[in-house]
Amino acid sequence: MSTPVPVGLPRRKVDVQVNGVERSAPEGATILDVCQAAGLEVPTICWAPTITPVNACRVCVVELEGARTLVPACSRRVTEGMVISTDSERVRASRRMVLELLASSVDLSRAEADILRWLEEYGADPQRHGADRARVSEPVRRHDELYVRDYDRCVLCYKCVDACGTEAQHTFAIAVAGRGFEARISTEFDVELPESACVYCGNCIGVCPTGALIFTREFDLRRSGQFDPGAQAVTTTVCPYCGVGCNLELHTQDDQIFRVTSPADHEVTSGHLCIKGRFGFEYAGGARPGRPDTSNPETIRDADAPA
Amino acid sequence: MESRSSLDAPTPAEVRVLDAAVGLRHDTVDARVIRRGPDRRHLLLPALHALQDGVGWISPEALGELCARLEVPRAEAFGVATFYALLRTEAGPATVVHACDDIACRVHPDYRDPAAAHAAHAAGESVGVHPSPCLGQCDRAPALFVQRSGAEAARWRAVGSVADALATAGTEPASPRVLAAGPAWLTGRIGVVDPASLEDYRAHGGYGALRTALAVGPDAVLREIADSGLRGRGGAAFPTGVKWRAVAASARRERYVVCNADESEPGTFKDRVLMEGDPYALVESMTIAAAAVGATRGYVYIRGEYPEAEERVAHAIDRARHRGLLGSDVAGSGLDFDIEVRRGAGAYICGEETALFNSLEGYRGEPRSKPPFPTEAGLFGRPTVVNNVETLHNVTVILNAGAEAFRRVGTAESPGTKLFSIAGSVANPGVYEVPFGTRLDELLALAGAPGAGGAVLLGGAAGMFVSPDATDLPLTFEDSRMAGLTLGSGSVTVFDRSVDIGDIVERITSFFRDESCGQCVPCRVGTVRQHETIVRLRNGSALPDDGELLEDLAGVMGDASICGLGHTAASAVTSALRLGLIAGAPASSGNGTGR
Ligand SMILES: Cc1cc2nc3c(=O)[nH]c(=O)nc-3n(C[C@H](O)[C@H](O)[C@H](O)COP(=O)(O)O)c2cc1C
Ligand code: SF4
Ligand code: SF4
Ligand code: SF4
Ligand code: FES
Ligand code: FES
Repeated sequence: MSTPVPVGLPRRKVDVQVNGVERSAPEGATILDVCQAAGLEVPTICWAPTITPVNACRVCVVELEGARTLVPACSRRVTEGMVISTDSERVRASRRMVLELLASSVDLSRAEADILRWLEEYGADPQRHGADRARVSEPVRRHDELYVRDYDRCVLCYKCVDACGTEAQHTFAIAVAGRGFEARISTEFDVELPESACVYCGNCIGVCPTGALIFTREFDLRRSGQFDPGAQAVTTTVCPYCGVGCNLELHTQDDQIFRVTSPADHEVTSGHLCIKGRFGFEYAGGARPGRPDTSNPETIRDADAPA
Repeated sequence: MESRSSLDAPTPAEVRVLDAAVGLRHDTVDARVIRRGPDRRHLLLPALHALQDGVGWISPEALGELCARLEVPRAEAFGVATFYALLRTEAGPATVVHACDDIACRVHPDYRDPAAAHAAHAAGESVGVHPSPCLGQCDRAPALFVQRSGAEAARWRAVGSVADALATAGTEPASPRVLAAGPAWLTGRIGVVDPASLEDYRAHGGYGALRTALAVGPDAVLREIADSGLRGRGGAAFPTGVKWRAVAASARRERYVVCNADESEPGTFKDRVLMEGDPYALVESMTIAAAAVGATRGYVYIRGEYPEAEERVAHAIDRARHRGLLGSDVAGSGLDFDIEVRRGAGAYICGEETALFNSLEGYRGEPRSKPPFPTEAGLFGRPTVVNNVETLHNVTVILNAGAEAFRRVGTAESPGTKLFSIAGSVANPGVYEVPFGTRLDELLALAGAPGAGGAVLLGGAAGMFVSPDATDLPLTFEDSRMAGLTLGSGSVTVFDRSVDIGDIVERITSFFRDESCGQCVPCRVGTVRQHETIVRLRNGSALPDDGELLEDLAGVMGDASICGLGHTAASAVTSALRLGLIAGAPASSGNGTGR
């Protein structure tokens, strides 16, 4: 999303203290904005730069002087004089537990590299919750050759729901159904995607941080043990289907496209595409991996795909 | 089973229900591509209720048609329907008996396990028996709630066996025990007036407070409420005057008054007794609130398991409107205000104020992030006064007696009287009205609690166990806070020494596991792990670090959850461990917050 053009009075500055250091931020900024500007890492899972925060995962909590509980950095806006600690013992304890609870209930093995790193850094130990602990257990939903839904990996970050709904696609094909630990991302009555309102834009896949939503080709490569980051490349090109000019990143392995993304910071797409750009390679035989967009060969670079 | 689609035609019966509930479909709507339409989404929950009542479940076809009519995406409506315990998205028996197995009922001598009750009931009949969390009738334990659908759709509350419950359809439940030790400000009319009669209400002082309010004007009412020191009775004890003033001072004109009558805290039933026994007082109080803050619309959100309360409040609203005490010119004063009743559908979390707003608006009952607070952005994003039933009942008391007289009862920080719902192992379960400052042991004596031994849970599942040697606690907000306790919703659940407190604690942990909305990780997963750990402690399979694990869970739920459900999900457990009440578990030294 492009930054709003300021009108009227310039935004006022707010002075806050973060980990003992005075910082100033524009009014309306979140604690996370301030931390990012200061180069302090605050882990986030359900937050994304292009999506209004739902503040559900709670891994971003920080300590705010005077507050009874910790507060979510991703959505709490700074106010004058806030005194914030991002790395106190209390903060670390809650973050560790959030990560540990997630890892104890779903399969995070294909989660974003950052999430895997935080699990290590915070010392999450899912095993201590016992071998008989309840876990999310769902069949893999593979209903077509475009993408697979593997909700055993889902952390319920709501990103796919929001990408499908108010934040990008306005299709509302999926929502959270059920309650509590039984809550799941679902179509109405869990009907298969072709029967639902889904238009196969793949924007949900683009935002999923855990690999729960995954291109069918990538899913098959991974399942058969052939997924090989060493043999992969990413090619940046422009979608040929219409005049909007969406940037595409074609992820290939051995000349086969297994995933298509668009950069989240791209000013046209914000990472979102439509079915043609996302899955058009299925029928566009011409989009030969390895020989893409020859006008721009230097855009071919190595993949940094997560293991 | 043959596959059914939301795009197929609904049955004639479903169409009839939908015609009555939401009207016809806008002919420009294409069922295949439903975006979010304007304005009518708040009819979703009432329409789902209508389908549940009329047809017995919400079928794919009926949901599809409903969504086309209201312009609500199907996946979202399914998400709403599956949020609630009283709505079903699979066909099932036409009659369902919800049998309470919660903390007060399960210690009653007549209590039977719902599974056993089901087995004992004549097989083959179209009756389902579901175990249920507290039904808000702990004074009549063991409690049942019957939900019948189809042509004779009805809901009623009952006691005893499933067979009895099915036989007592529509009979008036026994009147509740209500006792006041001190001024009967809140309970004085209960059992005295005819709850259906506006004339009788007036004959007993009703509508005098509204007359005063309209005569003195909004500023004077706000001052009186602020001066009275009235604090919220829904659990958070927030000063009512501050809340009202914030809404009155808002720059936005469209404002709401919402009465929180979702009363679902296990062990609590006082709001039910107020609504059933004195419904006009609630209508009058909400009208005064509207006059004070400048609201034009009010809602009473009543839990779905309270059919009598719903019927009586709806009747009172109807009569008041008929007499010009609601509507476009309330009592000839020019005030424009009306009230609508909305029915909850079986979700404890919908008592959390922002979850209640979402539920009413037709979304899943998931709490919102605060700030912004309801006074700034509440129902439909507008400034909203949301108050508990008992809080509102105090409003007429204050306007009738004056703030000064109100303050003369109770303590400086906790003025007035307080209702306590007392149940469990007591001779006289019921609603007790006492001045703030009455000691817990005095209250227990009034209700005929057994002497030494046993345990008392103060504030329901979200509350804490009181040490047996600390029952001399004065019941005020300030004393309970100093003792590390909370009055919460004002429930006092008593367990004699024969009760296995470990069993009660386990039930509390499964309550939170079932009732978590599932939105945030600390609570969605933490409540499950807490329940599993307590089960392990009780069945002898504890892991070496389980004590530490419980403290860590209490820490993250209390510190990092979004709402009060997660914040308090460990308090009863922690207090029971600290007091050494769980057989087999080591007494912990934790301070209760895990910090
Ligand atoms: C999980 C949860 C459940 C709640 N349930 C109720 C309820 O059933 N009734 C109620 O009045 N308040 C309930 N509350 C408190 C409300 O959020 C809110 O504070 C209250 O309605 C405000 O009214 P008051 O100021 O008059 O107390 C609940 C809070 C939480 C966190
Ligand atoms: S592919 Fe697009 S339309 Fe389909 S569920 Fe994902 S975001 Fe929604
Ligand atoms: S499927 Fe992925 S994006 Fe959607 S809620 Fe689950 S983890 Fe988040
Ligand atoms: S604390 Fe529990 S009930 Fe409250 S928002 Fe989080 S998951 Fe929902
Ligand atoms: S990133 Fe802030 S709550 Fe998830
Ligand atoms: S009705 Fe059973 S515990 Fe309240």
